[in-house]
Amino acid sequence: MSQPPLLDVRNLQVEFKLKNGTVRAVDNVSFQVNRGEFLSIVGESGCGKSVTALSIMKLLPKRVAEIKADYVKFDGQDITNLSENEMRKIRGRRMSMIFQEPMTSLNPVLTIGDQLTEPLITHLEMSEEESNSRAIELLNMVGIPEPEKRLTQYPHQFSGGMRQRVMIAIGLACEPDLIIADEPTTALDVTIQAQILELLKDICNRLGVAIIMITHNLGVVAAYADKVNVMYAARIVEKGGAPEIFGKPSHPYTIGLLRSVPRMDKKRGGRLATIEGLPPNLMAPPSGCRFKPRCPMAADTCDSSPELKERSKGKNHFTACFYSDDANKKGASIYVSDKDKFKLIKVKKDKPVLSVRGLKQHFGVSFRSGWLSSVSGTVKAVDDISFDVYPGETVGLVGESGCGKTSVGRAILHLNLPTGGELKFNEKELNQKSVALVRQDMQVIFQDPFSSLNPRMTIGQILEEPLKVHKIETEEDARSKRVSELLTKVGLYPYMRDRYPHELSGGQRQRVGIARALCMEPKIIICDEPVSALDVSVQAQIINLLEDLQRELGIAYLFIAHDLAVVKHISHKVIVMYLGKVMEIGDSDTIYGEPKHPYTKALLDAAPIPDPKKERGREKIILKGELPSPLNPPKGCVFSSRCNFVTEDCRKASPELVDFDNNHLAACINIDGGK
Amino acid sequence: MSDLGVTKDDNIEKDVTKPSRRTLLDFVRQQPLGSLGIVLIITMMLAAIFAQHVAPFNPEDVDFEASPAFGGGAPSLAHPLGADAFGRDILSRLIYGARTALSIGFLSAFFGCSIGAIIGTSSAFFGGKVDLLVQRFIDLMLSFPIIVLAIIVIAVFPKSVVLGVDVNVIVAIAIPFIPKTARVIRSQALAVVTLPYVDAARTNGFSSTRIIFRHILPNVTAPFLILITAFIGQAILLEASLSYLGLGVVEPTPSWGLMLSGVNTDYYRTAPWMIIFPGLAVSIAVFSFNLFGDSLRDWLDPKLKL
Amino acid sequence: MLAYTIRRILLVIPTLLAVAVLVFFVLRVVPGDIVEIKLAAEGGIISAEEIQKEKERLGLDDPIMVQFYKYMIGLPRGDLGISLWTENNVSEEIMSRIGLSFELAILSTILAVLIAFPLGTISALYRGSILDYVIRIITIGGIAVPSFWFGMLLIMLILATFGNLPPLGTISIFDDPKTNLYQMIWPALSVGYRYSSVVARMLRSSILEVLSEDYIRTARAKGVFERIVIVKHGMRNALLPTVTVIGLEFAFLLGGLVVTESVFNLNGIGKLFVDSVVRNDLNLLQGLVLTVATGFVLVNLIIDLLYAALDPRIRYQK
Repeated sequence: MSQPPLLDVRNLQVEFKLKNGTVRAVDNVSFQVNRGEFLSIVGESGCGKSVTALSIMKLLPKRVAEIKADYVKFDGQDITNLSENEMRKIRGRRMSMIFQEPMTSLNPVLTIGDQLTEPLITHLEMSEEESNSRAIELLNMVGIPEPEKRLTQYPHQFSGGMRQRVMIAIGLACEPDLIIADEPTTALDVTIQAQILELLKDICNRLGVAIIMITHNLGVVAAYADKVNVMYAARIVEKGGAPEIFGKPSHPYTIGLLRSVPRMDKKRGGRLATIEGLPPNLMAPPSGCRFKPRCPMAADTCDSSPELKERSKGKNHFTACFYSDDANKKGASIYVSDKDKFKLIKVKKDKPVLSVRGLKQHFGVSFRSGWLSSVSGTVKAVDDISFDVYPGETVGLVGESGCGKTSVGRAILHLNLPTGGELKFNEKELNQKSVALVRQDMQVIFQDPFSSLNPRMTIGQILEEPLKVHKIETEEDARSKRVSELLTKVGLYPYMRDRYPHELSGGQRQRVGIARALCMEPKIIICDEPVSALDVSVQAQIINLLEDLQRELGIAYLFIAHDLAVVKHISHKVIVMYLGKVMEIGDSDTIYGEPKHPYTKALLDAAPIPDPKKERGREKIILKGELPSPLNPPKGCVFSSRCNFVTEDCRKASPELVDFDNNHLAACINIDGGK
Repeated sequence: MSDLGVTKDDNIEKDVTKPSRRTLLDFVRQQPLGSLGIVLIITMMLAAIFAQHVAPFNPEDVDFEASPAFGGGAPSLAHPLGADAFGRDILSRLIYGARTALSIGFLSAFFGCSIGAIIGTSSAFFGGKVDLLVQRFIDLMLSFPIIVLAIIVIAVFPKSVVLGVDVNVIVAIAIPFIPKTARVIRSQALAVVTLPYVDAARTNGFSSTRIIFRHILPNVTAPFLILITAFIGQAILLEASLSYLGLGVVEPTPSWGLMLSGVNTDYYRTAPWMIIFPGLAVSIAVFSFNLFGDSLRDWLDPKLKL
Repeated sequence: MLAYTIRRILLVIPTLLAVAVLVFFVLRVVPGDIVEIKLAAEGGIISAEEIQKEKERLGLDDPIMVQFYKYMIGLPRGDLGISLWTENNVSEEIMSRIGLSFELAILSTILAVLIAFPLGTISALYRGSILDYVIRIITIGGIAVPSFWFGMLLIMLILATFGNLPPLGTISIFDDPKTNLYQMIWPALSVGYRYSSVVARMLRSSILEVLSEDYIRTARAKGVFERIVIVKHGMRNALLPTVTVIGLEFAFLLGGLVVTESVFNLNGIGKLFVDSVVRNDLNLLQGLVLTVATGFVLVNLIIDLLYAALDPRIRYQK
């Protein structure tokens, strides 16, 4: 490597001056990116990865952010002290950025064409005609059909995935040397994520553009990155080539991070590794190694700050830990011991606790169309779905957004009145009246830990309320004792009863949500995306808690989620949904090991596995197109418009679920063709 | 900025939580202008309550020697803010006028907002046809300027004074506030109804009354308080305008608007204090409530649109 | 866009009808009898017979539904009945005064926009500076100061400077625009202070809101000139809510005019409105209220159409 790196950052430091103090969001960060290279910066929320990216582009608000560095060399030129106008000439021309939120990153009142040609006109001084034909070229390149027509349209006429394609086109417009992508696919569904990332990788490879990808998704890193920076509490704790980071992680944090993610490619059984505690508050970070308070290997030496040191000469693998060799050797065992392995409980399948037959949930939608008339349509959010949940069993319900999985949960709980079908709880029919009698046996945990607790009530009041209302504990002392027990059971402390929800962290709030569900001693809990708003390390804590509680109390879960790996880890049985219909049902290991339905296969292929060797070796089917409008689903099989194996017959009738072997059902008429 | 943990968390907390543990001292530190507003409001309230002890003269004492008509009345030691056409002390009349302004302001804002809040929340709960009808009616009411609505009410309701309070003026000022409050509170309540903690309460089988009073109403109090403060200022302004037009309170009740009413053109030149000070009093009072209201909104619910 | 416009215009009719019906019935509740007040004002002793005769003459003793019927069929022809006080045609009475009020409204809107745009923009772009603080205090003041009092202060100022007051509103703008403007600028200023404060505050907060949007960051990341970021990407979006406020305040100007016209002794519809209340002149009041509501509905229509022109999300609504 005689050529100097494209980007060379040395000792970057970013401070935010806030009302209640100063926060150093990036602390002494150094790294390099070569031409055409793919660097990933990973870490949990608040670790400083996005701030790093924004500070390179100098896009942080100057009023509050102060950026310092020994140097930030871009193509040999130090850009630390460039004037705003000189920096402007680089932005969009030589380095550009793609942001996380495709829905809000485009200006709603300007046409796509206008926004796409803007950098061309500003930097390359193209004429209107030139820039227009270049814009059409760019839209073609990012796979947007009918580019001429699309140029005159506005952002709201594009779907999320399409907008992100437009953002990529804008980023690549002037053929820059570097693209910084800040969580570009976090807001998108997994099949769309696969499309976008493949596209980005392809184009950048072809044009020789270097990429810095900020992400929290280790699978994405494993699939694409050449180099990885792992950040924790504003610092880089480990950096190196992707094979080294994934194959020989040698910082306890990296090891913990890799081990706390559930894996689709591993057999079920065993708890996840969890990093206890929470990341430090950057207003008052711990002195010395910042990971010390959570590190299972921490020793007195860790009171001083470890330097980033190269593990062995020339390997370019750096770790900031005094015990990196030790950590490397021990690997996952520093977090998990044998007692964390457990035998899977065999679920007794005699009497289902919940039985769903032909469940339908249709919503009437009406919107105006011309002349005071209104057109109304029906969205079949859930269309004829049947399954059973047995005591002590976890049934996973997966699908992309808009597939109706949440509606299933709400219909069962009668939060929305089901349109049709039969629901039975413990063999007794559930309807609007009888549901009142079993409310205590059927509880729910929500996705958003911030809005699922009443901000005006203390934790104690929240947990006591059902006990009081349903006269389960009438004595004040007994209630108070129950609350203490519940808090302890979910891993919180009894003294937290006097706290208000906003005084707890997201993970702690989610634990309170679980405690609230538990306090009625339910038979089944509907878990609606209970971990998707949480960081990886906290997510693992909550998943372990749910599994422990199930083994101890024999509760059944209906686990609704979009994260395939999480569902695989926790569920005995899995249901795959698409546009309100069941595509496939079966045992967790069977569905993930031998998927039958083309949609299930595509879904599994789209979700990257956090292991570069496996991930890059596997063949993938990438789904084309996007989810059709639920108001106007395709005729016949709802999946036919995106299926790679579609035949004429698929569009004729909706396929029935067929039992292939031993309760493994799939709804496809071309199962063999799909193989 | 999305990755900056501290600020992100702060924002989220502001979104979902109310300042249950924030103290008055925090308010003073973070909202200096709002605190100035509070100080002014409290001063006015004290002056109004203890008017007998604070005012140097009886507001109704006539002293023609001190009247500008006879060349007197300019601000002096005896009459710091001067005297009016009847030689009445302006400072004393202003202090007593604060009683009228503040009591009418508080009462009408409180009644207007409370009725509006009840209409707004019920409309959100009942939904369907009721909600639609209420909404249309609110739209209709909102197509009139506040003062026009108030004047129509004055025209419709006969004058009535109970315990020295002009009830018809209060009603006239309160009614125009109802549709606006109803609209704001309705949208707030609608937002709260869809929150997961309300769903959680429903899955726990709690009664509707319990859900409304324990889980929903406490979470719409912030906009309610903000609206009330904003409307007290507007009510004081409205009372002054109505009284100025001769449609509000009438003599002998001391009122700032009334003091400006029917000022002879000659006095513009000969006795400017008769015009300057009452108007200043109205402005300062409204200004204080606006300052306080603005800060209260920034503090409790920065995203609330009024 | 055309479909949207037509739909939006058609929506005006039911709204106005509802207002007309509501106004009619609400005002029939008014206590006090115009005939008695009127005759008493003419002096002498009035007998019950005279009152009855007068009522018959004015059509006030018809059953309420008959009165309502007459009123409703008069509406489409623009016939609002006669004033019970002057016995002039209400429509004519209003039309003869509305020009003055309309001119005042337009003038103060122009003033307000001219003052508000620089103030609001500067205040937002230099947020937290001393300039921002000063502008914010001035604009909070604009909402606090009663416009009639501000008018009185202006009169005092004119008197102190020129020694005498110009005869207000007596010369039509079409006859002598210069004199007319000189006369009208003062009342326009008195209404305009509040108006411009409201608009400036709205503009400030919406610029600040827009500048923190993601698409502004996108524009900066493209390397677009900061000037273009603010004007092309920022202002256009910030204008949307500001246009609404300008329109609403314009529609509500009559509120301000009611008092301002009294202060400056202008014969506009604001003054007519107060007079009609004082005299219990139901027909006139009814006509005026309908005029106000019509004005509001029309202005709202214009705002919505403007909004659609500025915001493609509305233009392309299904």
